[in-house]
Amino acid sequence: MTSTPADSAAIISIRGLRKSFGEHVVLNGIDFDVIPKQVIVVIGPSGSGKSTFLRCCNGLEQAEGGRVDICGRTLVNEGCMLPDADLNALREEVGMVFQSFNLFPHLSVRDNITLGPRKLRGLSRAQAQIEADVLLQKVGLTQKADAMPASLSGGQKQRVAIARALAMKPRVMLFDEPTSALDPELVGEVLQVMKLLASEGMTMMVVTHEMDFAKEVADVVVVMDGGIIIEAGPPETIFTNPTQERTRGFLQAVLSRT
Amino acid sequence: MELDFSPVWTGWTQLLEGALITVEITSVSLLLGCALGLLAGIGRLNPARRLIYGVCTAYVAAVRGTPLLVQLFILFFGLPQFGILLPAFLCGVLGLGVYSGAYVSEIVRGAIQSIDRGQMEAARSIGLSSSQAMQSVILPQAVVRMIPPLGNEFIALIKNSALVSLLTIHDLMHEGQKIISVSYRSLEVYLAIAVLYFVLTGITTLALRKLERHLKAGGMVQ
Repeated sequence: MTSTPADSAAIISIRGLRKSFGEHVVLNGIDFDVIPKQVIVVIGPSGSGKSTFLRCCNGLEQAEGGRVDICGRTLVNEGCMLPDADLNALREEVGMVFQSFNLFPHLSVRDNITLGPRKLRGLSRAQAQIEADVLLQKVGLTQKADAMPASLSGGQKQRVAIARALAMKPRVMLFDEPTSALDPELVGEVLQVMKLLASEGMTMMVVTHEMDFAKEVADVVVVMDGGIIIEAGPPETIFTNPTQERTRGFLQAVLSRT
Repeated sequence: MELDFSPVWTGWTQLLEGALITVEITSVSLLLGCALGLLAGIGRLNPARRLIYGVCTAYVAAVRGTPLLVQLFILFFGLPQFGILLPAFLCGVLGLGVYSGAYVSEIVRGAIQSIDRGQMEAARSIGLSSSQAMQSVILPQAVVRMIPPLGNEFIALIKNSALVSLLTIHDLMHEGQKIISVSYRSLEVYLAIAVLYFVLTGITTLALRKLERHLKAGGMVQ
């Protein structure tokens, strides 16, 4: 198991993270640090615990063991979660993008984006709309501001979901397989927005099967299998000279598919 | 046999006044039922909150497991034994509202649980509290799904309201029976009562259908 030494400058620090669903152990001792502006891409076979790992980083899953410090707060420590009010405040700083978009279907694109800022950052509707329009421009969807989510393509929905997360001005963005539910021709538009964010210095943790994205954008590629990190390092090392046999096998299987 | 509707024509204002009381008692009971149903439905979402869950579950079980008529009689004839003498209209509203609330609570619970888990996760992930998420994200979607079963419940409530005639409330049923007691034309008057109930339930059905169509047009329903 690769264990990165503790870094006081880390924006995310994970130590001995363990999580089970009933008898099934999903995370079996994860140690990892993310420093600001890093782009971490998490890869690994299905069921290796990647998504659970990510979801433990904003408290959507409660880890039973170990510790997660993120954005200066201890999210969980040996099964003890941050109190609800602090957890809500923390989540404002940690944006999350889901595989299935999870846009609010009863709200227009603009209202999806302004809901958080209006309810939590105390912005007026007008102020929130100005910010939303800037974000929509960034994700290339200015013309869809008044559309309802049902009328959007998958790629457009995911770009709105990214804008919605960005509206809270997060310090970290978590992406849980953001392109896995998309038709192949729509993957590019979402990755493009993610690359833009990375180039602007957003700290990102991305669970994905898009190996080209990992090669191009990641600072560190994390390979998970069986609930542990089997290998982590810069993409050039992981993709050309992995030290672990399991990494080699996984990459062969994935890369031969594409 | 000859049908003679003349008692209905001479007593039609009396029947309409009764129908108005029926509308009043049903409307107030409906509001009470929806309020109780919403609270009990949300209370039954999380078994981990044992006290709230237990109270709400006991309420639903007790009310659904006993006849409405018995509940109404307990309120009207039973409570006075403890010196609690409630006006008949209030007994009717309480009885119907509490009864309806138990059924509405299951509609509320079912609709909320049918909303994809990802909606709550997405709402929580931007920092909304669970009550903010419930209010802004889950309930607006769940309400749309509640409309068809709530329509059934509203119609059942209108029809069940006929039982309050036994509490001396001058509703449609009660007024009809008064006409029968002097005219002895049971069939004709009961037919007239049936038609008036049918009109009331029909208006409710149409109104709910219109509301559903309106929400669909607004993109609330996919």
